[in-house]
Amino acid sequence: MKNSVLIAFSIMFLGLAQGASAALNVFACEPEWGALVQELGGDKVSIYTATTAMQDPHRIQARPSLIARARSADLLVCTGSELEIGWLPILLRQSGNDAIQPGKAGYFEAANYVQMLEKPTRLDRAEGDVHPGGNPHIQTDPRNILLVANALLPRLTQIDHNNAAYYEARHKAFADRWKSALQRWEKEAVPLKGLPIIVQHKGFPYMENWLGLKEVAALEPKPGVEPTSSHLAEVLSQVQSQKVAVIIRAAYNDGRASDWLAERAKIHALALPFTVGGSEKATDLFGLYEDTIQRLLSAIK
Amino acid sequence: MFNKTPCAVAIGTALMVIFSADVMAADSAELQKIHNEIQQLKENYEARIQSLETRLKDAEAFAAKADDKASQVASAPVSGPPSGANSFNPAISLVLSGTYSNLSQDPANYRITGYVPSGDIGPGKRGFSLAESELGVYANIDPDFYGGLNFAMHPDNTASVEEAFVQTIGLKRGLTFKAGRYFSGIGYLNEQHAHVWDFVDNPLAYQAFLGTQLGEDGLQVKWLAPTDTYLELGAEIGRGRSFPGSDRDKNGAGASTIFAHAGGDVGINQSWRAGLSFLQTSPQNRQYSVIDAAGDTVKNAFTGNSGLWIADFVWKYAPNGDPAFSNFKLQGEYLRRREDGNLAYKVDTSPVISSYASAQSGWYVQGVYQFVPHWRVGLRTERLSSGGVDYGVNNANLLRPDYIPTKNSVMVDYSPSEFSRLRLQLAQDKSRQGAADNQVFLQYIMSLGAHGAHIY
Repeated sequence: MKNSVLIAFSIMFLGLAQGASAALNVFACEPEWGALVQELGGDKVSIYTATTAMQDPHRIQARPSLIARARSADLLVCTGSELEIGWLPILLRQSGNDAIQPGKAGYFEAANYVQMLEKPTRLDRAEGDVHPGGNPHIQTDPRNILLVANALLPRLTQIDHNNAAYYEARHKAFADRWKSALQRWEKEAVPLKGLPIIVQHKGFPYMENWLGLKEVAALEPKPGVEPTSSHLAEVLSQVQSQKVAVIIRAAYNDGRASDWLAERAKIHALALPFTVGGSEKATDLFGLYEDTIQRLLSAIK
Repeated sequence: MFNKTPCAVAIGTALMVIFSADVMAADSAELQKIHNEIQQLKENYEARIQSLETRLKDAEAFAAKADDKASQVASAPVSGPPSGANSFNPAISLVLSGTYSNLSQDPANYRITGYVPSGDIGPGKRGFSLAESELGVYANIDPDFYGGLNFAMHPDNTASVEEAFVQTIGLKRGLTFKAGRYFSGIGYLNEQHAHVWDFVDNPLAYQAFLGTQLGEDGLQVKWLAPTDTYLELGAEIGRGRSFPGSDRDKNGAGASTIFAHAGGDVGINQSWRAGLSFLQTSPQNRQYSVIDAAGDTVKNAFTGNSGLWIADFVWKYAPNGDPAFSNFKLQGEYLRRREDGNLAYKVDTSPVISSYASAQSGWYVQGVYQFVPHWRVGLRTERLSSGGVDYGVNNANLLRPDYIPTKNSVMVDYSPSEFSRLRLQLAQDKSRQGAADNQVFLQYIMSLGAHGAHIY
């Protein structure tokens, strides 16, 4: 037994001799941040994206594969605002990686760099799955992407200062492309202003704020609580009285509740990509918003 | 009507003519001087215009920057929470749990036939009772340490410290040290708190070989390999106070473990973890009561070595890797224990000391399926092997039943939210020879307070 313990320890210390790999290892909690780091980091970064657009970011399990990837990360880019509270703390604690602990340069929470909406005034679990810091789904407003990119640049250059000029150049190029894309999107989205919508999960306040959409109701009676039939009936009566044009949900949401309502109310039910990878066209950040706007426009034609 | 404009033009022209005539009259030196002054004035203005243009450009750039922000609601920075004496309070979570049990056999004489009693095991009390309620207080201590305490409140009004440990956070190179009281990292279920179990009770094998769960006072080190496939190696040295060890007055360590876990994803839908662990203890005078060959209740004591191997695996399936709607989890563990040393029969009255050797094993396999949100069903089947037990000369005094304890359980649970769960479990427990126990459990598990993240 003593020998086996010794062997175990020697294997561990052999492991310590391992060198770091060349590219900057980035662990992105959500696809949008993986895509953003790709825009800024180019071929100087190696990105692992922990979740896909088809997964509810609230309900991820601290799988062994995630722990293994957190172990070798130089930079962790997550949304924050407690979106990942159910799994990220386990990854951080079990990773044995000091570079990505909160407070270190390698720990980046995007929500710290944008204006948060829907900060709850009442913190009570009876209100459902509320986030004390505000609604964490900040990526539905592309203006936030630029703010996060601006905050991410100094982190990249701090952690990997040898490539600082490279990151700065890519950031500038991205910001320029992004600003012109923003103008284009906002122009295209003009007809959407004031559009009354119903959302499945309260995941779109930032998009509503950006495009001037009017959220009339949510299918989830409380955030994170599945739609119930009685609540759906209530929403149905609201649809009829308030001339709602469309029900929107994220790609990962189960479509049955919104399809049920759409059929009864004879309106469109739209699955928006919500993040990169959430639809065929949303292959990168530009595609994400282009597709989102096209889908919304298709509903009012 | 007399028009004003032609009049003004006429006057202006007249004045200009007079002025030019005047200038022409002046000498050329004067002219040069005026010319210079005008030139100077011009240059002066150009410089000022240039500086104004630069300032304008700067302002525009600033405005554009502000625009990025201002196009958001307001540009005021996020204000932090108000500070106060309690703002550094740790995360507190309280788990409330209660059961109603309907048992066809008296739980007071619960035992697993052919197995040394391992402590406080069995299906619990009949009727209504509190199940284990837990109070957990956890927080980062400073940038280097994390720590916490978990109190378990038992139905009989006693409380015990389930966990009280400190551990390093973010030590470099995949290393984590833990010290204090903790659930040992062996096996799969051992580290999990009762409130995350998929069934009301722990498997028979855990009850028989670990006295339900191995808590350890000691030191643990874990190392996570820098590979994309999860590979974790760990070792512990500890007091070995609980079964299969025994508390004693001794320097040094009474128990040690080593374990290895590997895991990963298969595609996007599946994930897995498998492990192999070994627990070594050397119990001294580990006493227990048993009914001997003559039918009397006697007290025996074991001193020697105990080694336990555990092989474990868990496999999870979720469509698109999103367990929110539906998911399936299959897990199983195999435990095998060898003990050898001396056994004192009738240790209190007329002890007969003899050699003792045993090799016993057991396993369970369980599957839990969430078929729609909130609802899960589970099935567990388990079996212990009585294996070989040799009491030496005490073979005449002690029974060596040839019996295979088995148990089958089925459960259904409903979780209105991720903080509450209601469960119905039916089981047929044949751990006692000749006395099948038909069990019905109703259970609630509710968690209040901090939103604890659960391990895989």
